[in-house]
Amino acid sequence: MRFGKKLKTTLKRDWQLYLFMLLPLAYFIIFKFVPMGGLQLAFRNYTPKGGLWNSPWVGLKNILKFLESYQFERVVKNTFILSVYGLVLSTIIPIGFALIYNTIEKPRFKKITQTIVTLPHFISVVVLVGIMMQLFNNRIGIYGIMYEKFFGEFPADIFGNPKAFRHLYVWSSVWQNFGWNAIIYIATLSGVDAGLHEAAQLDGASRLQRVWHIDLPYLTPTIIIMTIMGIGNIMSVGFEKAFLMQNNLNLEYSELISTYVYSVGLSGTYKSDFSYATAIDLFNAVLNLVLIFTANKIASRVSDTSLW
Amino acid sequence: MQRAKTIKKKHSREGLGDRVFNAVAITIVLILTVIVILPLMNVVAASFSSSDAVNAGKVLLLPIEFTLDNYRTVLKYNSVWIGYRNTIFYTAAGTVISVLLSLFCAYPLATKRFSGRKFFNKLFLLTMIFNGGMIPTYIVVRDLKLLNSVWSVLLPTAISFYNVIIMRNYIETTIPDELEESARVDGCSPARYFVSFVVPLAKPIIAVIAMYYAVAQWNDYFNAFLYLTNKNLYPLQLFLREILISSKFSASDLDPDAIKAIQGLADTLKYVIIVVSTLPLMCIYPFVQKYFVKGVMIGSVKG
Repeated sequence: MRFGKKLKTTLKRDWQLYLFMLLPLAYFIIFKFVPMGGLQLAFRNYTPKGGLWNSPWVGLKNILKFLESYQFERVVKNTFILSVYGLVLSTIIPIGFALIYNTIEKPRFKKITQTIVTLPHFISVVVLVGIMMQLFNNRIGIYGIMYEKFFGEFPADIFGNPKAFRHLYVWSSVWQNFGWNAIIYIATLSGVDAGLHEAAQLDGASRLQRVWHIDLPYLTPTIIIMTIMGIGNIMSVGFEKAFLMQNNLNLEYSELISTYVYSVGLSGTYKSDFSYATAIDLFNAVLNLVLIFTANKIASRVSDTSLW
Repeated sequence: MQRAKTIKKKHSREGLGDRVFNAVAITIVLILTVIVILPLMNVVAASFSSSDAVNAGKVLLLPIEFTLDNYRTVLKYNSVWIGYRNTIFYTAAGTVISVLLSLFCAYPLATKRFSGRKFFNKLFLLTMIFNGGMIPTYIVVRDLKLLNSVWSVLLPTAISFYNVIIMRNYIETTIPDELEESARVDGCSPARYFVSFVVPLAKPIIAVIAMYYAVAQWNDYFNAFLYLTNKNLYPLQLFLREILISSKFSASDLDPDAIKAIQGLADTLKYVIIVVSTLPLMCIYPFVQKYFVKGVMIGSVKG
């Protein structure tokens, strides 16, 4: 009874707040939660008539089909290696850059260089891959020209080399984003107490020692948070860039979970199989969830820092 | 004055090791900056070079046989114009929709006495770590009859909860609770308070988030790629994909003169298209850089 009354007064006072929430809530329900519920299609056999909610149940058939398929090992492995490779580099390089950048005491130099290194972040994936294809063109790109100058012959087409895929993928991301990713570390470092540095200096600590013993520990909580978030995204490594870089020659390394979902479900390469593709989606989403919870647990055990 | 003195004192204290360290630090930052800028210079240089020079592999950092012909050809390419028109529309409309929805979401979540606050926060946070995947989302969009409409580009990723968190944090930390309380005591309704206090006071963060959404929309090809087949609705990025990645120049889009010119010219045109499609953002960025940086810092406060 008292609860009902309280609810009534709250509603009377705050109904407008709920009204504000209405559209965003509708958005999240329609475009996020309904698709989440739609993942149960993984256990059905999709028919056009039955759609997302009424197709006949087939149990674990689709999941098992994926687990047993020869693609399973390949796409999971490719996705995992690519993201871990990317996560490691896209954490270490920005941190290193931020630490070094932070020691410089020339405001103008810092401002100009920071603007330049953050610039590529705003290039779209399509253009990035386009630029890469031009630069690494084995005849007219810088790569081809320089190779020819040094070795006297044109190199082989690097995009046809499956082994090159991962390196091209990860290093182009590093090139594009290290400056942007460093911003947060640089901003954090500006909060280091200047008194600490002065005291350490009086005690005869060198610049390098101060970076190592004062700056780096100060960054640790930020590094942990960024890493957990990165681990949470390990299996969701982008469809967008990998798909653009894919060609028939490099599929062995470039077929990821997300691109495989697309090619099974929507591309028309295979006979479109929505249920099977959804089963792979589900597998991926669950794996992601497990990873982020594990990472968070480990982080909170060893360091007091965690996402929630 | 005094500060200048202490800085000077600091320098005199620096030993040889530290001076070497400083020199190395500057060199490293300089090298990285050069690595970032060289590919961009190469692209720009090639776009102004004759196609003969480009195809002969002569162009490195400066234009060879400077010409504007490549730009003239590309400007006659209809797809680029259609793409530009559509992208400008998607960016403008998408940014307005996204910013409004995000604000509507952030304001109640930042109001301490709002009773559903914790629940909604958790609920929406879930969308950041778990999602329905490509196929279910596609089926939902299809069942809503949104395929091949502008809404399929604008709606499915309209709200990023990450951006909502940034807004919420900003509102929570910069607008004091007392203001809301006293406004309420004076008979100001939540809607009125939103319009006359929250929006004006949150202007800086609204600008930041608007820019985030605008850049994302400008650069996105995923939604359009999945949901659109009608070329008249294609955003620029999809046409760029055809031209840059699939190397498809469709002859029907060009007038006869251009078709003749295009033979053996494709690579040079790619450089031009990269420049033409990327230049607007690159030119604006240095002027708005500080707002982007601000956004990153506010966002780093824990969700």
